[in-house]
Amino acid sequence: MSLYGYSIKDLEKQLKKKDISASELTEMSLKHIQESDEDIQAFITVDEEGAKKQAAALDHVEESERQSLYAIPQAMKDNIVTKGLRTTAGSQLLKNFNDPLYHATVVEKLHQAQSVMIGKVNLDEFGMGSTTEKSSFHVTKNPWNLDYVPGGSSGGSAAAVASGQVMFSLGSDTGGSIRQPSAFCGVVGMKPTYGLVSRYGLVSFASSLDHIGPITQSVEDNARVLEVIAGSDPLDSTSAHVQVPLYSEGLKEDIRGLKVAVPEEYLGEGVSEEVRESVLNALQMLELLGVKWEKISVPHSSYAAAAYYMISSAEASTSLARFDGVRFGERAKDANTVEEMFKQSRSEGFGEEVKRRIMLGTFALSAGNVDDFFKKGQRVRTKIIEEFQTIFSQYDLVIGPTTPTAAYKIGEIVDPVTAYANDILTIPSNLAGLPSISVPCGFTDEGLPLGLQIIGKHFDEQTVYRVAYAYEQATNHHKKRPVMGGQ
Amino acid sequence: MNFETIIGLEVHVELKTKSKIFSSSPNAFGAAPNSNINPTDLGYPGTLPVLNKEAVNFGMRAAMALNCDIATDSFFDRKSYYYPDNPKAYQISQDEFPFAENGWVEIEVEGKKKRIGITRIHLEEDAGKLTHEDGYSLVDYNRQGVPLIEIVSEPDIRTPEEAYAYLDKLKTIIQYTEVSDCRMEEGSLRCDANISLRPVGQEAFGTKTELKNLNSFAFVKSGLEHEEKRQAEVLRSGGEILQETRRYDEKTRETILMRVKHDADDYRFFVEPDLMPLHIDEEWKERVRAEIPELPDARKKRYIEEIGLPAYDAEVLTSTKAMADFFEGTIRHEIDIKQVSNWLMGDLSAYMNKHLKELDDLAITPEGLAKMIQLVADGTISSKIAKRVFAHLIENGGDPEEFVKREGLVQISDEGELRKIIHTVLNENEQSIIDFKEGKGRALGFLVGQVMKATKGQANPPMVNKILKEEIEKR
Repeated sequence: MSLYGYSIKDLEKQLKKKDISASELTEMSLKHIQESDEDIQAFITVDEEGAKKQAAALDHVEESERQSLYAIPQAMKDNIVTKGLRTTAGSQLLKNFNDPLYHATVVEKLHQAQSVMIGKVNLDEFGMGSTTEKSSFHVTKNPWNLDYVPGGSSGGSAAAVASGQVMFSLGSDTGGSIRQPSAFCGVVGMKPTYGLVSRYGLVSFASSLDHIGPITQSVEDNARVLEVIAGSDPLDSTSAHVQVPLYSEGLKEDIRGLKVAVPEEYLGEGVSEEVRESVLNALQMLELLGVKWEKISVPHSSYAAAAYYMISSAEASTSLARFDGVRFGERAKDANTVEEMFKQSRSEGFGEEVKRRIMLGTFALSAGNVDDFFKKGQRVRTKIIEEFQTIFSQYDLVIGPTTPTAAYKIGEIVDPVTAYANDILTIPSNLAGLPSISVPCGFTDEGLPLGLQIIGKHFDEQTVYRVAYAYEQATNHHKKRPVMGGQ
Repeated sequence: MNFETIIGLEVHVELKTKSKIFSSSPNAFGAAPNSNINPTDLGYPGTLPVLNKEAVNFGMRAAMALNCDIATDSFFDRKSYYYPDNPKAYQISQDEFPFAENGWVEIEVEGKKKRIGITRIHLEEDAGKLTHEDGYSLVDYNRQGVPLIEIVSEPDIRTPEEAYAYLDKLKTIIQYTEVSDCRMEEGSLRCDANISLRPVGQEAFGTKTELKNLNSFAFVKSGLEHEEKRQAEVLRSGGEILQETRRYDEKTRETILMRVKHDADDYRFFVEPDLMPLHIDEEWKERVRAEIPELPDARKKRYIEEIGLPAYDAEVLTSTKAMADFFEGTIRHEIDIKQVSNWLMGDLSAYMNKHLKELDDLAITPEGLAKMIQLVADGTISSKIAKRVFAHLIENGGDPEEFVKREGLVQISDEGELRKIIHTVLNENEQSIIDFKEGKGRALGFLVGQVMKATKGQANPPMVNKILKEEIEKR
């Protein structure tokens, strides 16, 4: 039976009343995966045995000992490492990486909060892509229409939640990889402030841009998960020393008087009519709720994608250099020398898109190119950060669409440059490290979901959630059920 | 044509912190292969570096002792290259902004003092270690992540002797700061040398070669000597020096071509995004500055000027901090300072050299030595017996007074007892008395020896001399 349509709070009540047990809830999730995942293909690894064991142990936990996510089934993007459980990052190179030796900090925290990890979900290889078509395992399908992509790279995470296979999932977001699939799949995805959630245990793509965040059916569930996984971590030097508020308890505070900036570039060329309309409708709704909004201009945003692809690829070319076949991952079998072993292991193990980015990044960092490419990208990044600083000195939030269009058909986008350009609306938040959420804001005529992006000040997740919550409660988009959402 | 030699040295020093520079694994030499490692050391996916503050403290201590300026803000960078001992395929190092710059050390060669500039010192992680056997290569990652400082000298060194003196001074100073053992045989100090020649009077540098595999200070000197000669010969015969990396061969004492560098290596440096910039505020700097002990040059000066030691003694006694500390610990007991210096420079150093031991490895304490010297001074033991006592103290430590009593080594200074023994000796050696009276001075020495033999060396020598002469006179 699908978990779609429930909230964590609903389940908490049922568990409390003993209407359902931890094991039964896990069983529900596993059964629905069994029924639906042949079509959706969200999972790379279903850890049936591990999940049942976890749930059985939780069955005996006294009510007073229960933690905030007690018995809630969840799924982990497969680039977040799990001790004793295969972690592939969507790559053939790691298809047999059966024990990463340790848990990512977020995995540990979710375990402490007593959620039940059902398994590991699909992604574009190493997070490089926006459709899951670049996964070396299989393409995940959009639960609203199986002919469409779920978005990416956290496509498995978004599809698993949208189809009610699990109550929440974690994704990672380097250039939009949580928010874009959340928009495509009609769920809520949060990319928090850089440094709020520990990256320890996230297979690095580009460390200065990588973020981990929750994907959920509702804003409230999202806040509940983020308050568990957030917080400073001595194992991540870039993790921030900040107090994490209980976001879920501040959702209902008044949003009247908040000032919102709407960059006209975010509604300009390349953005579909349906998307523009849904965002303008959303702004109208927010106005009714007492929010003031104004159009502004962000002239540097047109350089954001170019800067992003320079910086992220440069960092990736080094982050992925460790996959040399020596200590973990697949090793080429018939190499004669060490150099051959390195080359063959990498040539055989990495997919096209990953190789493209490694080559791009290596080029951008090479002597003679580094100033024109990588360092220029860094300068643009600084400009964009400054641009946001100026905006946030006058406004509380920036709002626009999450994506220029709704989901594409599987196989529709073949040209990488077109694919890269579609990240234009999500990339600025990664370059500036700002908290950004995608919430459902309507549907296309074909019935595909659209997402509204709300961007806040550094570490002001609370305001982002408040507005997202008020908007969600005032609209009915989240009540519509995806085709694959089950009964 | 006459040439001037230009030498610059790059010295890597391992810091003996408790744990590694970017992970919590123990930093220890000599453990079983791949026992001091964790996922971070192996570059496992998802692991992140966390800077060990102790490594920064140690690096700063060394850099300050080498007169460097400490940067308030410095950065770590990724240095990319593929090698099986380099698990991430990049080394975390410091490129554009090292934590220390503009230092110097003073060396002395043939009585002439000279300052050698230090361009920069940066922090980085060591790599694993490869061994090759039977067609396989084995990797030990214990050393991966051991903190290193790389000390880059200015091209101020002009002779292989100066290079030797520079290394020796560097080692002494760093050992004083107690941040490294600087043991070349264990690899905790490693040196690469750059050398070029230019015609005397020319300002522009010639093309340099880089020497590797220099596993002792002596090899550095000998390698440079060979390379100096080789380059001069090539240049004199109209040849050209290529930018090469050359390996020193310990057996032939020659340098052998490893590879010619056509282009500069491209390590694709960029700022390490997994670490924050290293910010060292004034308070931190002062805290570390306060930890730096009195350094060898200052100590040497004090020993000469305040304690009145000869320059040579002061030099030897300050060559290691352990020796200088031992010296000062001993003279605190108000005994003859020259005696202390003699024992340390004589018997103690001889023992250490013979057994290849460090002072810290020996059982003797400053208190023990002081007491022993006191026992000689007050006539309780003879200086001959003292050598035996000293040998015992080195290996066993303890209280020399107890040892002397237990072993019955107390000197015989009782006149009556000595006279009795001397009577016996004279009775048994009448020929020697005649010889002595006939002017053979050596006969007296023989008789003294016999007395010593009879007393197992415990007779008080001046008294023996005196009584012997008196008794011979009487006969």
